[in-house]
Amino acid sequence: MIAGAADLTFLALSLPFVAACLAPVLFRLFGHRAAWLLALAPAVSFLHLAGFIAEVARGETVTGGYAWVPSYNLSFSWYIDGLALVFGLLITGIGVLVVLYAGGYLKGHPQQGRFFSFLMMFMGAMLGLVVSDSFLMLFVFWELTSITSFLLIGFDHERPAARRAALQALLVTGGGGLFLLAGLLMIWNIADVTQMSLLLSYGEVVKASPYYLAALLLVLVGAFTKSAQFPFHVWLPNAMEAPTPVSAYLHSATMVKAGVYLLMRLYPAMGGTPVWEILLPVFGGGTLLTGALMALRQTDLKLMLAYTTVASLGLLVLLVGFGSPYAIEAAVLYLVGHSLFKGALFMVAGAIDHGTGTRDLTRLGGLRRAMPVTFAAALLAALSMAGLPPFFGFLAKEEIYLALAAGNLRSILFTIVAVAGNALMFAAAFAVALKPFLGESRQTLKHPHEAPALMWIGPLVLALAGLAAALVSTAFHAAISSPMASAVRGEATAIAVGPMPHVGLPLALSAATILLGLAAYRLLDRLRDALARFFQALGPGPDQGFDEVLEALVACAVKVTRFVQPGRLDIYLSVTFAAVAAVLLLPLFLWGEAPSEPAFAWPSLSELAMLLIAVIGLAAVLVAVDRLTAIVALGIQGFAVAVLFLLFGAPDLAFTQFMIETLSVVILALVMTRLRLHASDRRPAGQRLADGAVALGCGLGLTLLLLKATEGVFDTALGDFFGSYSKVIAHGANVVNVIIVDFRGTDTLGEIAVVLAAGMAILALIRLGKTQKQSGK
Amino acid sequence: MNSPIFRTVAPFLTSLMLLFSLFVLLRGHNAPGGGFIGGLVAVAALAIHGAAWGVETVRRAIVFHPLSIAAFGLFLSCIAGFASAAAGVPFMTGLWVTVHVLGSAVALSSVMLFDLGVYLVVVGALLAIVLALEEEEGV
Repeated sequence: MIAGAADLTFLALSLPFVAACLAPVLFRLFGHRAAWLLALAPAVSFLHLAGFIAEVARGETVTGGYAWVPSYNLSFSWYIDGLALVFGLLITGIGVLVVLYAGGYLKGHPQQGRFFSFLMMFMGAMLGLVVSDSFLMLFVFWELTSITSFLLIGFDHERPAARRAALQALLVTGGGGLFLLAGLLMIWNIADVTQMSLLLSYGEVVKASPYYLAALLLVLVGAFTKSAQFPFHVWLPNAMEAPTPVSAYLHSATMVKAGVYLLMRLYPAMGGTPVWEILLPVFGGGTLLTGALMALRQTDLKLMLAYTTVASLGLLVLLVGFGSPYAIEAAVLYLVGHSLFKGALFMVAGAIDHGTGTRDLTRLGGLRRAMPVTFAAALLAALSMAGLPPFFGFLAKEEIYLALAAGNLRSILFTIVAVAGNALMFAAAFAVALKPFLGESRQTLKHPHEAPALMWIGPLVLALAGLAAALVSTAFHAAISSPMASAVRGEATAIAVGPMPHVGLPLALSAATILLGLAAYRLLDRLRDALARFFQALGPGPDQGFDEVLEALVACAVKVTRFVQPGRLDIYLSVTFAAVAAVLLLPLFLWGEAPSEPAFAWPSLSELAMLLIAVIGLAAVLVAVDRLTAIVALGIQGFAVAVLFLLFGAPDLAFTQFMIETLSVVILALVMTRLRLHASDRRPAGQRLADGAVALGCGLGLTLLLLKATEGVFDTALGDFFGSYSKVIAHGANVVNVIIVDFRGTDTLGEIAVVLAAGMAILALIRLGKTQKQSGK
Repeated sequence: MNSPIFRTVAPFLTSLMLLFSLFVLLRGHNAPGGGFIGGLVAVAALAIHGAAWGVETVRRAIVFHPLSIAAFGLFLSCIAGFASAAAGVPFMTGLWVTVHVLGSAVALSSVMLFDLGVYLVVVGALLAIVLALEEEEGV
């Protein structure tokens, strides 16, 4: 790669972030028409990425980046292979359509600019996530998608439901992200690489490691929370509180696929082991069935689609974990197909909502005349979702059944799961695409009208793309699906499935799916009631569990805080000093580190005199009747120690000690008068004894520690260095001062910053007390 | 405090101590002293004045808010640290210039600027606390 090309790629990747900064200004200037301008950003990124198709199809990869912390192997670098490229194209391509759609959907909304800012930020984060080569970058973007998703779900922040859904999504996906971080760190430890591209060739090392299982589980929690696998799926249906463009983009086409992306990315490094092939299909299959059943229970179009998204994600996880080459190919095809048709259907649901004022299936009907274009888009997308030829969904379904169907028990089990899930999704697809449009017209809140062009371009283009991709399947596979499957599997793969039905077992299973689906569609109303009763009987689900866990957490936090912060200063001080005494004393005795008896030499007369003054000062503290006397008496002891420093040849230290003692006495006296305590000490005798014991413990501990420290051989290296270079290098004869301002100047800079901060904090505390007193009056 | 002796002595004491604090600050590089100790002396000086003549007098005398003085000190220290960047040497490397004023050589350095910053931070931060407390006492 030449430098210029790498910079261009970097620009293309950061373009969404630039657009995010510009969005508020653009919308203030041009209103909702700014969407056309804003869509240019993902469009340019899309075209830039599309330029890599030929290169990637040849089996090459596009890499680039900038070093960040080379000593830790951390870099900002991207790695675009078939997998990243397809994701990148989906993100930017659907991004263009979603931006346009949102322009129509939010027309006239006062906060359009903010919305688009969030949306573009998400786009940038998602794009960064899929092209990331370094673990760190992947993690940062991973969490950034969670945060932007939080902002978008909670966009309508005045509604409590939206706030709760936003928080739930953030906690579940962001929390999962932390597991992912731990998993990535473990992988880093195992393989000693920090780049995805390098990790891919370390598969054997990773799988053989004793820590493989732990790393895998951690990564799986990350992927499962993001991709809404049972029982973490609850956040996804709740996320439907977000405006519909967000649901179409984040919560069906892109963000929720990040978990699947991660599984696919790690497949060569971690996949194919027995654990992988048990956990993934079981969780995926469970999610598929739960999602599909829940979908049919809903009457809200968006919720229905949300649950089918959950089901589809389950199917994808099942396929990635199933462990056959065909399964990976099927996952690739279904992922692409799903992004196209589900994005389209969500936009259709939004258009219906926009045109009629309701999304309730039981109150919609006969819209085919009022909304013909939307109907066409819905039908095309639903046909693809249902897996009918010649749509792309059909290709995916053929490949799925080709991968799953085999003679052994495991295959039969998962084939049944897949057929059941697909049949239910078939019913859901037509419930969304047909029910509102066929039948008699119903009275709705608004007079039904066709959506504006901005709002039908998106679904129509996506739905047609699903048809076109299938019709030119040979070229599409060569350019898109095969490179992606190759990247996932780590070896060259060619996908062959075409839109024309071939007689065989997969086709028979498809037919069975369609028949079952038709039956479910016919019986939809009765099925819905039955399912409602069934889930009612099951009792509260994980959604309520989330609330309960959160409440328990808050209650626990309250209890812990009350325990460790009872609000009494004397308790804090006693605990702190008791801990200090324990820390000082326990190691000395438990590990036999007590100092030996030091050699005793009589101090000189002046030293003795100073010691005596110090002792007198301390005795005065103890016998003092009122606090002020005690404080001043403490000062006597301090001055005596300062003189001792002087006698031992440390004038700087002594000087500082004198000043500190003086100011301490002044400040302590001022504080004591402010606190308006009793003039004398009124502690009960027992308390005084206990406090005295703690004080003695601290003093004894420190004394012993000092004795122990001076027992060892004194290393004079530093002293010699400072002594001999102070004058020569730093032009100062006072070594202490030279150390403070020159040799260790950076330390001092930090310290004075702390002094300033502490001063501000203390001043604030004093003022706080003052205002409280005033307001109390 | 209403002791006439204290009130009479305080201004002399304060000015002497302030002068001394500057002396301590400047001699610090070669003899006991330095920005930290000098700053403490200055705080003690102003605290005495505050106790004798009231906090308002001190506040007027120092013109700026103590915390502003402290912040300016931190700023000076940072400048002193970054001065080395201009000379192309690592952060916080001391730079020395010798100027001749009235026939005697005076050594100026970024290190001295740094120490002056330390002095101001100590004076400002501690004075802010002391003055606030003295103020409260009078209420």
